[in-house]
Amino acid sequence: MQVEVRTQMLRMWRVGLLSAMALVAAPAHAFIAYVSNEKSNTVSVIDTETWTVTKTIKVGQRPRGIDLTRDGKFVMVAVGDDDTIQVIDAKTQTVVDSLPSGPDPELFAQDAAGKTLYVANENDNTVTVIDLEKRARLGDIQVGVEPEGMTISPDGKTLINTSETTNMAHFIDTATRQIVANVLVDARPRFAEYKHDSSEVWVSSEIGGTVSIIDPKKHEVIGKVTFEIPGLRKEAIQPVGIGMTRDDKTAFVALGPANRIAVVDVATRKVTKYLLVGQRVWHVAFTPDEKYLLTTNGVSNDVSVIDVAAQKVIKTIQVGELPWGVAIAP
Amino acid sequence: MSSITARDTPRGFSVQEYLTCLTGIVWREGLRFLHQRERFVSALVRPLVWLFIFAAGFRQVLGISIIPPYETYILYEVYIAPGLIAMIQLFNGMQSSLSMVYDREMGNMRTLLVSPLPRGFLLFCKLLAGTAVSLLQVYAFLLIAWLWDITPPAAGYLTVLPALILSGLMLGSLGMLISSGIKQLENFAGVMNFVIFPMFFASSALYPLWRVQEGSPYLYYLCEVNPFTHAVELIRFALYGQINWISLAVVAACTIVFMIGAILAYDPSRGLARRGPAGGEG
Repeated sequence: MQVEVRTQMLRMWRVGLLSAMALVAAPAHAFIAYVSNEKSNTVSVIDTETWTVTKTIKVGQRPRGIDLTRDGKFVMVAVGDDDTIQVIDAKTQTVVDSLPSGPDPELFAQDAAGKTLYVANENDNTVTVIDLEKRARLGDIQVGVEPEGMTISPDGKTLINTSETTNMAHFIDTATRQIVANVLVDARPRFAEYKHDSSEVWVSSEIGGTVSIIDPKKHEVIGKVTFEIPGLRKEAIQPVGIGMTRDDKTAFVALGPANRIAVVDVATRKVTKYLLVGQRVWHVAFTPDEKYLLTTNGVSNDVSVIDVAAQKVIKTIQVGELPWGVAIAP
Repeated sequence: MSSITARDTPRGFSVQEYLTCLTGIVWREGLRFLHQRERFVSALVRPLVWLFIFAAGFRQVLGISIIPPYETYILYEVYIAPGLIAMIQLFNGMQSSLSMVYDREMGNMRTLLVSPLPRGFLLFCKLLAGTAVSLLQVYAFLLIAWLWDITPPAAGYLTVLPALILSGLMLGSLGMLISSGIKQLENFAGVMNFVIFPMFFASSALYPLWRVQEGSPYLYYLCEVNPFTHAVELIRFALYGQINWISLAVVAACTIVFMIGAILAYDPSRGLARRGPAGGEG
């Protein structure tokens, strides 16, 4: 009996020691984050190991939507006032090419294979389809007024675009490039995000102050996430960017001028915590290992870093003026 | 009595004897504190009222500028926590000096003073005892604050300890220096008005100094020279594993000055002796 207890204690010690060693030994994997600064017309490059800005890349006018090609070799940034999407070589960190979008591109989404890019052109009420390999325009899809939010289903068959003024989420069949359904959501939908298991689409409404949860098969709103922060006016709560963990358990919603990120339990659709970040928090992005979440804080010109597991803001880094979007390369 | 002390002191005592004296005094202070449950409760309630009620109204006030040691935006309650910790120690320092006045009035001090050990050492022990009591209060407060989502890094709970000891000694010795000039318990209300409140409000406990500077540059200078500000900043930085060297220097220097002042003030041949004629010039 005593021997058993001792063996068990030894085992516990060993497990504890090993996990402690793993904690110490695990190398902090460095990633590179790219932040588009809407007003200073630059992209800030952040090293996620030192959490410092290592370079500032001059880009076109009004950079907003930003993402990397699937191979991680290029950064694409929508420069709205130049009516194009610029391509930055991730190695040399210089602008090397541009993609043919429509006028005033704002946000874009690419399919899982990274072959096709869909761009929301804010001033043109269209979504442009671009072949990423040939870097050529394949066509346009007519959508609602002021298209913005873009997400693509994990199987690549459905594209969802939200239009800010029409207050709708448009479900588009990527094969036929036709709208198959329109779902009315609360005022000024900004961003759309698919759950990784494809069962739900989350759409944030900036003015409505909610996140609508849509069943993508039935094309109807099946639930809503609402927000309430004691001491803050309801109007100050403006949900925009959404980041969902790969296990679909937790969603992080940026609440704009509320200066907070809401941590939402996806199963219950309830907010479990509000994290204070910089002013007018807009978009979010996870590091590839999902250890950290970066948020762009437009008015305070900085990026906050959230420890995802601890659900704590650990740092805030100064970037360019009016940081808007963020993408992180492996 | 003083002649005995004067005669025996140069002979020297063993470390054992010093230790016996130290543990005796600390133990008595600890027991007194634990027996006065109301004191423990009130020591906790005071900062908690600030935290739960005062800070609640100011939640949105800060979060505009990131100041060291913080690396990101913080809520107001996170900002004032170190100030409230220092407040606990300030009140505790004054309260243990109050107990000196009480002891003197009640005659308990005589027991202490018949000890042949040097007067300075006795006072130092008394200070240490007071600081130890304040540590109990501070950690109890930190525990409640943690439940209130004020969560400094885990290592901070350890790194703050030396800062707490030093600031506890400084505030305790200040209290002791003041108590040497108080002959009656009733006068303690004056200490509240003229020492505790001004020290607490004219410091970085409630607002960061850049905020104060915006409002009034003069008040800013006053806050800068207030040793309590430096106690708060020393604790604030230590809680986040950092050292604020200027605050450390100021607190250390003030501790030495106040302590020497208190020892001189309690020296029967110079300062206030219990039965001395004038007494107030400590």
